[in-house]
Amino acid sequence: MKKDIILAGVGGQGILTIATVIGTAALLEGLQLKQAEVHGMSQRGGDVQSNLRISSGDISSDLIPEGKADLIISVEPMESLRYINMLDKNNGWLVTSMNPFVNIPNYPPVEDVLKAIWEVPRNVTIDAEKVAKEQGSIKAANIVALGAASPYLGIKYESLEHAIKKIFASKGEDIINLNLKALSAGKNYAVKKT
Amino acid sequence: MQKLLLLGDEAIAQGAIDAGISGVYAYPGTPSTEITEYIQASKDAKENNIRSSWSANEKTAMESAIGMSYAGKKSLVCMKHVGLNVAADAFINSAITGANGGLVVLSADDPSMHSSQNEQDSRFYGKFSLIPVMEPSNQQEAYDMTRYAFELSEKFGTPVLIRVTTRLAHSRAGVERKEMLAQNEIKLPSDLKQFILLPSIARKQYDILLGKQDDFENDAETSGFNTLFDGTDKSLGIIACGLAYNYLAENYQDKELLYPVLKVGQYPIPVNMVNSLYESVDEILVLEDGYPLIEELLRGLLNKGKKVRGRMDGSIPASGELNPNKVAAALKLEVETGHTIPDIVQGRPPKLCDGCSHTDSFTALNEAMLDYSAGRVFSDIGCYTLSALAPLESINSCVDMGASITMAIGAADAGLIPSVAAIGDSTFTHSGITGLLDAVNTKSPITVIILDNSTTGMTGGQDSSAFGKVEEICKGVGVEEDRIRVIKPLRRHHEENLKVIREELEYNGVSVIIAKRECIQTLGRRMKEKARQKREVKTVK
Ligand SMILES: Cc1ncc(C[n+]2csc(CCOP(=O)(O)OP(=O)(O)O)c2C)c(N)n1
Ligand code: SF4
Repeated sequence: MKKDIILAGVGGQGILTIATVIGTAALLEGLQLKQAEVHGMSQRGGDVQSNLRISSGDISSDLIPEGKADLIISVEPMESLRYINMLDKNNGWLVTSMNPFVNIPNYPPVEDVLKAIWEVPRNVTIDAEKVAKEQGSIKAANIVALGAASPYLGIKYESLEHAIKKIFASKGEDIINLNLKALSAGKNYAVKKT
Repeated sequence: MQKLLLLGDEAIAQGAIDAGISGVYAYPGTPSTEITEYIQASKDAKENNIRSSWSANEKTAMESAIGMSYAGKKSLVCMKHVGLNVAADAFINSAITGANGGLVVLSADDPSMHSSQNEQDSRFYGKFSLIPVMEPSNQQEAYDMTRYAFELSEKFGTPVLIRVTTRLAHSRAGVERKEMLAQNEIKLPSDLKQFILLPSIARKQYDILLGKQDDFENDAETSGFNTLFDGTDKSLGIIACGLAYNYLAENYQDKELLYPVLKVGQYPIPVNMVNSLYESVDEILVLEDGYPLIEELLRGLLNKGKKVRGRMDGSIPASGELNPNKVAAALKLEVETGHTIPDIVQGRPPKLCDGCSHTDSFTALNEAMLDYSAGRVFSDIGCYTLSALAPLESINSCVDMGASITMAIGAADAGLIPSVAAIGDSTFTHSGITGLLDAVNTKSPITVIILDNSTTGMTGGQDSSAFGKVEEICKGVGVEEDRIRVIKPLRRHHEENLKVIREELEYNGVSVIIAKRECIQTLGRRMKEKARQKREVKTVK
């Protein structure tokens, strides 16, 4: 088993939480992992990205080679395209939230962004904010996106649930349940749509 | 023991704790900051009284660590690569004094300049000062090499440099811990003159250092951190330093690597190993995630030996971080490409947070500067450097920490009056105070704006050495009291702040305007923590 995943978004959107959930789940399954994060400027609205590699064998590079990623999970549509060169053209999946984060004056028209995403073979787009709101809070949009990507992760769904319980344990039952529901709603959406 | 999931930085921190350090000395700087933060938060460190508070700058950190080593205890110093320039005087002379207690210096390089002004390669500092250098390729090695660096330091009585790059510093993987070694007891050097670098003693100490070079090299040949893997295809030999080894291995996940490879993780360069490789192959490829250190030496000035490929002949681009694809191209392997990135993708540069005090300071300054010709604002390094970008576009320089005040002095001396310096509180105590003293002593017609947000914002909000002291420091340095003006950078104070700035720009001498309002990120964190503590008190009741 070997999955190379690019996580993308804007600082503060919670992509490192997604990485922690997947990473914890991978460890629960006894897999190895390497995760290269971007630190520094993230609190100031710049783009952020993380390379997450999980495998049953040894992992060499901290960086995923170009054109070799199995999956891109993005919490923002334009950000999902920034790393599209990393995706495996023949097998890779692109899973992204459709909700634009507009903090630059030259943000392109959303329709154009979505059109470009829909041209990528094997894509899933989800209104993660709406789905998260339906589950109780827009804050769980990152976990909705993770849920939508869960069928392509190569990790058992139960392991992700287990990881969420572990990671959010200190935050109380309500937060755990919100994130479990968000994960499940994201997954159901992806399964239905594809 | 169970594996811990650690950043490269955290693995170094844990390695140092387990090596029995008594203290870490550091000034924040990406990508090295997390090392000290990890030690500050570590339970083991607390239980064992490991000192870990921030130093005012890299030089003071380095010198304090030398002092701890003098007293016989083990100490770690951490900084980003440009910090080693600041600490260089102390660092290079510590090679001459030698170490008593284990002394390990960590410098985190930033190839590709993810968050730095340059991509200098710290290994050159190791070579320059004639001390051993460790360069880990992964998180486990980061842990193991840190422990080993302390052993090496005490075995040979020398400081040891560890060099990492951003990619390893900020990447997580499983790390296995070993047992925790005890701290040293206090024990002064047997020769109490060893650390007095008067010329007569320094000459003797320098000879001692030169005499250790063979030992350093022997150790690099035998420690196990440099390995020569033989291969059957002798048309090419590969030297892969530090992280570069992983990118090499990545390209041979599904095929056998037939070329001989020398994996390098410890310097001085293991010459015998390099020679064995060189003699057995037709051509050499050198993979270094930094400047071409080994490549340049192998190639020589005249480049008349065997063909040596790497950064200098264009096999690998001359600048920027390595990655698996660059290494694949250098190996003439087929390079995978993905989809092309559509043109509609726009850059998303970082910017000042909404509500940041710097925005209000620069909005007022911009308006005041309209009275003068453009190009007079010398800035420094911190969040406020982002005011270089639209929409503020306030500043005209950012060179190195502290350079704002001193560059303003020089420009004013050249006739650019008024000249303005903009400097953050942490940068001010890092290396702005001495510049301000110069200005006072020469009555330089400059206006210094100290952007005092009570924190080291750029690197994530560490405690600032300047906290609560900025005004007193300025008075102490000799700035006239009525030329020290404190303003509160808030939109609703714009008019009065503008008036203050205008008055001080007109003053023909040194004035300091302290723009004082807390960073909203640290404020937010503080409020959250307060609320949490309140909740806890309630539940205890
Ligand atoms: C010699 C050196 N050390 C460390 C750094 C990393 N660094 C950049 S800015 C900064 C501190 C900024 O703090 P402050 O001046 O208070 O400004 P703020 O970011 O809070 O606005 C640091 C530590 C550096 N660039 N150079
Ligand atoms: S972190 Fe603080 S100082 Fe930096 S931009 Fe944000 S509010 Fe301003």
